[in-house]
Order: sequence, then structure tokens, then C-alpha cells
Amino acid sequence: MSTVPGNELLTEVEVPSRAGARSGALGKALDTTIRSLVPVLLALVAGGLLLVILGHDPFAFYSSVWEHGAQGKAWQESAKRMAPLLLIAVGLIVAFRANIWNLGYNGQFLLSAAVISGLAPSLVNDLPLGLAFLIMFVVAGLVGAIWTIVPALLKAFYETNEIITTLMMSFIGVGLAQILIKGPFQDPSVNIAQTKVLELNKMLPHIPGTKVHIGVLVALAAAVVVYLVISRTAFGLKIDVLGANPRAARHVGIQVKQLVITSFFFSGALIGLAAAADILGVWGYIRANWNPAYGDTVIPFVFLARLNPLVVIPFIAFFAVLSTGGTLATQEVGLPTDFLLVLVALILLFMTVIEFLGRRRSLGQSYLPNGLRAALRLPGAKKREQEAAG
Amino acid sequence: MTPAAETGSSVVDLRGISKSFPGVKANDDISFDVRAGEVHSLLGENGAGKSTLMGILSGIQTPDSGQISVDGKPVRIDSPRKALDLGIGTVYQHSTLIPALSVLENLMLGDSGKLRLDAASARTRLEEFGTILGVEVDPEARAADLALGRQQQVEIIKALWRGSRLLILDEPTSMLTPQAVAELYTVLGRLKSEGLATIFITHKLHEAVSLGDRISVLRRGRMVGTLDAEAVASTPPAELEEIVIEMMFGGAAESLTDAAELRVKVEEAEPAEVRQRPDHAVGEPLLELIGASAPGAGTDPGVEDVDLVLHEGEVLGVAGVDGNGQRALAEAIGGQRRLRAGEIRLFGAPIGRLNVMKREKLGLHYLTDDRIGEGIVGGLSISLNLFLKRIGQPPYWRYGSVRKRAIDERAEELCKQFDVRAPGVETRAGTLSGGNMQKVLLARELSFGAKVVVFHKPTYGLDLKTTLAVREMIRQLRDGKAALVISTDLDELLEVSDRILVLSRGRIVGEAEPGPGAAERIGGMMIGDVSLSLAGAEEAA
Repeated sequence: MSTVPGNELLTEVEVPSRAGARSGALGKALDTTIRSLVPVLLALVAGGLLLVILGHDPFAFYSSVWEHGAQGKAWQESAKRMAPLLLIAVGLIVAFRANIWNLGYNGQFLLSAAVISGLAPSLVNDLPLGLAFLIMFVVAGLVGAIWTIVPALLKAFYETNEIITTLMMSFIGVGLAQILIKGPFQDPSVNIAQTKVLELNKMLPHIPGTKVHIGVLVALAAAVVVYLVISRTAFGLKIDVLGANPRAARHVGIQVKQLVITSFFFSGALIGLAAAADILGVWGYIRANWNPAYGDTVIPFVFLARLNPLVVIPFIAFFAVLSTGGTLATQEVGLPTDFLLVLVALILLFMTVIEFLGRRRSLGQSYLPNGLRAALRLPGAKKREQEAAG
Repeated sequence: MTPAAETGSSVVDLRGISKSFPGVKANDDISFDVRAGEVHSLLGENGAGKSTLMGILSGIQTPDSGQISVDGKPVRIDSPRKALDLGIGTVYQHSTLIPALSVLENLMLGDSGKLRLDAASARTRLEEFGTILGVEVDPEARAADLALGRQQQVEIIKALWRGSRLLILDEPTSMLTPQAVAELYTVLGRLKSEGLATIFITHKLHEAVSLGDRISVLRRGRMVGTLDAEAVASTPPAELEEIVIEMMFGGAAESLTDAAELRVKVEEAEPAEVRQRPDHAVGEPLLELIGASAPGAGTDPGVEDVDLVLHEGEVLGVAGVDGNGQRALAEAIGGQRRLRAGEIRLFGAPIGRLNVMKREKLGLHYLTDDRIGEGIVGGLSISLNLFLKRIGQPPYWRYGSVRKRAIDERAEELCKQFDVRAPGVETRAGTLSGGNMQKVLLARELSFGAKVVVFHKPTYGLDLKTTLAVREMIRQLRDGKAALVISTDLDELLEVSDRILVLSRGRIVGEAEPGPGAAERIGGMMIGDVSLSLAGAEEAA
């Protein structure tokens, strides 16, 4: 049972509610919300202090971010930015819930993007536009999915650590994408390593009355579908069981190998869709040196949303505003755009701090899924468990 | 060992100890003392407050009120180190030795406060202890290579290493063979004559009675009473056991279920050998293993060439020292491990290629020994845990979508039927006590068309009440179904089984029927030709 002698009694009674923890469903929801928002707010405050130190006015900066990211017609830019971010976030959620750490998102994304950029110019001319888009979304999904197969098989059959294999496949994927762009998909009419640019009227149609392409709707639909699959279906429950306790999954007869491969597949596929939405909706071509690394910035928000595909939507929206508005705002005041990454890093930092304090004071739910939380040993955790027992 | 205090004087004296946890008073005004040169048996169910009391003595917990005196001087035990400094050593139920280290290194860990480890003097000290205890331990042997009984002897030496005068043993016999238990008795006898005070915690009545100079009973956090040495010495064991049962479960039965339990308890108090078991017809073979071999995993060995037949209406026991292939056998039957050779048949048809879920559907269910590790998913509700082995099956899932109401209704029925005590079926399974968790698993494995059930250590770590309930459930399978009980608790197997197979080093080495002398015969077979603990056992015999 437990490794700490003497806390046998603790399991006899309901786990006592500790000081600082609210009781009741409402209180718990409040706790969770607060806990999700506090790291973001603290990061904005700390970022503001940093701006003061650098000799800028933080209020002016943040209002400039808001102005360029959300006000007037600026929100449309942010909405477009949401499409790839949200699809990647949902793709990561599928894998993370199964306790599979698909960190190969950059390779999966860029490879899909390269393939789509290469195929699009001829496909949109040869086929009816709707069919061409459909085919390209399917192809993008497949490319992303196929790029997970090697880590998936290694994980399923040899229990190889997928963090390492997906990262390695990611580097290979990025390299391969560059080879494709410089080789077969190179636009012969220019001297830069890039694919042929899609004509403006051959890109994804806009939502009527806006300049937002329909890829955003695809992303929102994907989030809702994944949410329903996870909360309602047998497949979703199996993923959660696998994520929470892989040994239990084996014990109750879940086909763990199949499930690992399927989760990887869907994760990669969603990330591939992100590439299709971004290329067909926004860019229309790809350059060899282009790597937006969307996934890296998305990960903190996936955890802030506690791997919930619906809750992640507002977080992604926030980051989209910060990212589009922030790019202009930083240029305005003469800061490098990397300052936005500093803000993301600060969010991560404060998440870690709150996770640490949260364990001590039972502040709502952890950001981490159970499987990962058990694998991590926070400093002093054992001592606190003993205190909790005594 | 430090010179013992004068025999008969209190080494440790607890007065009015109380300790509360949110929602429960674990210890309520408990007074208790241990004298030099005595074994004081402490009985009580899980949740009676034994663990808390021992936690207080070993410095893991601090009491809310009350007074602890050591050698008549009031003390505060606020850390495990302080307890050791005061001469209180504890041997826990599970091994705390570090498997990769040698015996000597494990013992010297207790000296780690010093800058330099002194192997030479530690070796001499180990020899001294060996002489006192009458055991011979190779200081260079790796802890992992020792038999469980031998490991426990090292644990005892470790507890005494820094000069203890009080030794606390927490359910020391639960993992041992009868021979190793006999050895433990000898060791405790020698320690007693050295003037050591011992607290012996156990669930097993006959052990408490045969070993204890005094016997104390805890119940719901209160001290029911202590039978003094004179009473214990002058009362015949059978009568003594009845008195203790009376103390543990108390006066008039408080309810109907209690009355039924009491009846079973008195039954249990009788030695298993002499109890008459009802004759019953044994039917067709339901489960057959023919020359079955299954691979091991990690340190846990496989099974080789196992033949066994389980008939309808039969409870077949599999005895053996832990780590002799039990897990491989159970998982091979349950479908979690593929056979390397041989065949497995259910109702006459081969099922070697079927996976867990298909075997489940046929009525072959497996109750795991590792409740927390693989039995339940702590973060999911009780309802979902009850249905983990039928995810996606109608009528609980329809058109790919879960029917939460159907699941919750069935879960509520099952919780009622199996007496799962929880605030509701929505409760997260991880917050349940061990006993309730096991009931959730029993509900899962004994329902949904169970026909042949494999039990792996079904009562391990459970309190007496739940243990008895589980054994009763196993016996009920005689009624047209069948059970295979794999257990390391020989008493349990003698009680529930019609036949007992003995597993040693992955092979079935013999078969016995419960009856006079069965325990010794089976114990002999369990050890087989492993001579490691035999020398000591002979000496003990």
C-alpha cells in the first residue's frame, strides 16, 4: 500500500480537506480558475517590471498590445493566428492525456506545411477549389500522423522514451522539410529557397463579413470534437486510463500498443491540420528558413487549461492577441519580439511556483496530469506527505 | 545492546494518549505500557488505532495530548531519530532494507550520522547480534538475495542496532513460511531473555495468544483492556482466544451483520485443521493448464510446466513463498501474459490466444494483488472503476457514447451489494481505504457473469472484518462456479481451499488437502530444496 509507515490511517478516512482548500463544487471550480489565471497575471506584472527596468512604460506597452491585437479590426489577425495554435494545442492534449509526450510538433508541423505548400499551387488549379482544400487537409493530417509512426512503434513495442524519439524525429522532420522546399517544391522563378506563392483568390475562403479564413472554424470544431470524444466515448476513457495508470490499462485489457499508436496518430494528424490551416489560410507559401515554433509557446497554455480542449480556447485566444499585438507593440517601442517569449517563459515560471505552493496548500487542482505528477518528485514532497499523514 | 532494565519494570509507559485526524479520533485516551523482558501483543482491526499508536512511539506522529515516559522519565518523541535515540526500534511489515546493498551496508546506514563508516566494528557487532539471536547472517550477502525470513532477521538487528530496549514488530508473520515463523518465535524468545521489551502487532489471534505475555486490545481508537501476565499464563489458549474475540468485537452483537461476523470469527478461532468442511460435489473441469510455461518479468520469475485442473464447485489454493512465480501464473491465466509453451483451456476450449477482455467476457476474471498499482485508477470515480473491464460494451456504452446514468445506477447497486463504504459512486477511487478499494475490485470481478475467478492475495493488507467477508465470498463460488486462490498466507489457504497446490521456483512441487499436519507438509514443500532457511528452521523445530 503506502510506503510511509503509519499513514495507513489516512486512507481509512476521506482524505481530510486541508486548510486553504475550499469545499464544494463551486469553490473547487473557483480555486481552479484562480489557479489558472494567477500565473498569467503574475507574468504580466513581472513583465511590466521588466519593461520599467528597460526604460519603457508598461501601461503604454500593454495598451498598445491590446490596440494592435484586439481593437478595431485587429482581432481578425489574432483570430487567424489562433487557428494553427489551437489545432496544435488540441493535438498535444490528445497525446498528453494518454501520458504520451509528443514533443515532435515542430517537425510534424513543418513537414506538413512543406508538403502542403508544394502541392497547393498545382492542386488548386487542377481540381475544384473545395475538393482541393479537402484533399490538402487530409494529406496534411496524414503527413503529421505518419511522422509520429516511428516514435509510436518504438514506444508501443519497446517502451522507448518518446520524449527523445519525438524530438529526434522533429529535427529530422525540420531538415526534411527544408530539403523538400529547396528541392522538388522550389519555386524556379525566384532565387530564394521558397515554394510557389498561392494566388490570393485560391486561398481558404473567409468567414463572410471578415477577413478571417475558415481554418479558424476547423480549429474550433476540432476542439469541440476532441472534447466530446474524450469525455463521452470509450476511446476517450481508454486514453485517460492509459494516461493515469498504464499498468491498470494493461490489467483491464486495454490494447495498450494499439492505443499508444492511435493516440500518437491523432495527435500528429491534428498538428498536421494546423499546418494546412496556416499555409492555406495565411501564408500561401513556405520559405526554407521559416519555423514559427508554435508548439513551444502553446505548451504552457495546454497545461494551464489542464488538458481540457474547451478550456484551452480562451488561453489560446489570449496568446494570439499577445502574439499579434505584441509583435507590433515591441517594434513600436524598439524591443526585440523575443520579449513575448520572455512573457511566456514567465508564465511557465509562475506556473511552477504555484504548482509547488499548490501542493503544499491544496490550492485547487494540479496543472499536471496524474501520470506525470507521480513521475515528478517535487522537492520536499515526501516530507509533506508525512506531515499530511501525521 | 544496552544493558536491560530490571525485568518487570516499565520501559515505555503511555498515559492518556489522544490523537485526532480530521473526522476521526484515532487514539482516544490510551494508556499502555511495555515492560522489560516481555512480549506485549497488541490486537485490533485496521483503523482501531494501532498504527497511530505505533507511529507516536516511533516518532512519525506526535500525540495531541498525553504523556510518554521512557524509564520513568517523561519524554517528547518528535522525530524518528529521537525515537531511535530513546531506544525504540521498529520493524515494519514491509522490508525497508535496500535490496542492492549488502547486509552490513544496510546496517551501517543507521550509523550514517558519523563521518566515517567503521566496517570492522560493525562486523563484530553483527556477530554479537548473531550470537544473541541464534542466527547466522552473512554480512556480505546482498539484501535482495536473502529469503524473507532472513531479511526480517536483518530488519530486527537493524532495529536493535543503535541499542534499542523496545522493539516494535508490525505484523511480522504475514509474509513468512511456517518454518520462518518458528524461527521468529525463537528469536523473540531469546530477545525476551535478554530483557528486551517487545510490542507485537498482529491480526492473527493464535499468534497473539501463543506469543504474548500480555495482550492488549484496541477498538475504534480506545483501549478495550489488557490481559495481564497472570491471566494469560493461567488460561488455556482456546478460552483465551474467545476472551480476546469478545474484547475485539464486543459484547452483544450490535447488528445482524455483526452477529453473522461474530459467528464466522469464532469459527476462525478454531484451528483450521480440525474444522469439518461440508461435503460437496465437484463437477466438470472448468479451467485447465497443461504444461503451461510463462515468462517472468524483471525480478519476478516465470512459471515452468504447470499442470492444474480447476473443477466446477471447487476452490483450489496455490501456496508458495512470495516471488516464486505467483504473478506469472495469475497473469498467464488472466490473459496479461502470453504462454511460452503449453496450453490453457476454459470450459474445454483453448483460450491461450484470447486477450484479457475476451477472457473476461467468457467469465474468467482475475482479481489482482496490486490494488493501487494496477487494480484501480485513483483519479477516476468508483463507477468508472467498476466498469474499466467493460469499456465500450453495451448496454453501458451505446453508439460509442457513454451512458452515465446506466453506469451509475449499476454502480450503486454493486456498492450496496458489496458494502463499499463511500460518500457516493462519484467519489474518486483513490481516496478509498484499502478495504473499500478491495471491495470495489471484488464487485468488479465477482459480477458481470463471473464463472471462474482467480484471486491473487485476496486479503493482503486487509483488516479482519474485510478479510472474513472476502473469504466468505470465495467460499460462495463453490456454488456452481470455481475459484483459484493464489496466496502467500497459508492459514488462509487452509481455511478456504478444497485442495492446495504448492508453487516453488515457478513449478508446482506438490499437492495437499487441508487436514492435520497439512501446514507443516506444505511449508516443507514451499521451501523445497532451498537450504538457505532450512538450517535455522531445523534448529527452531
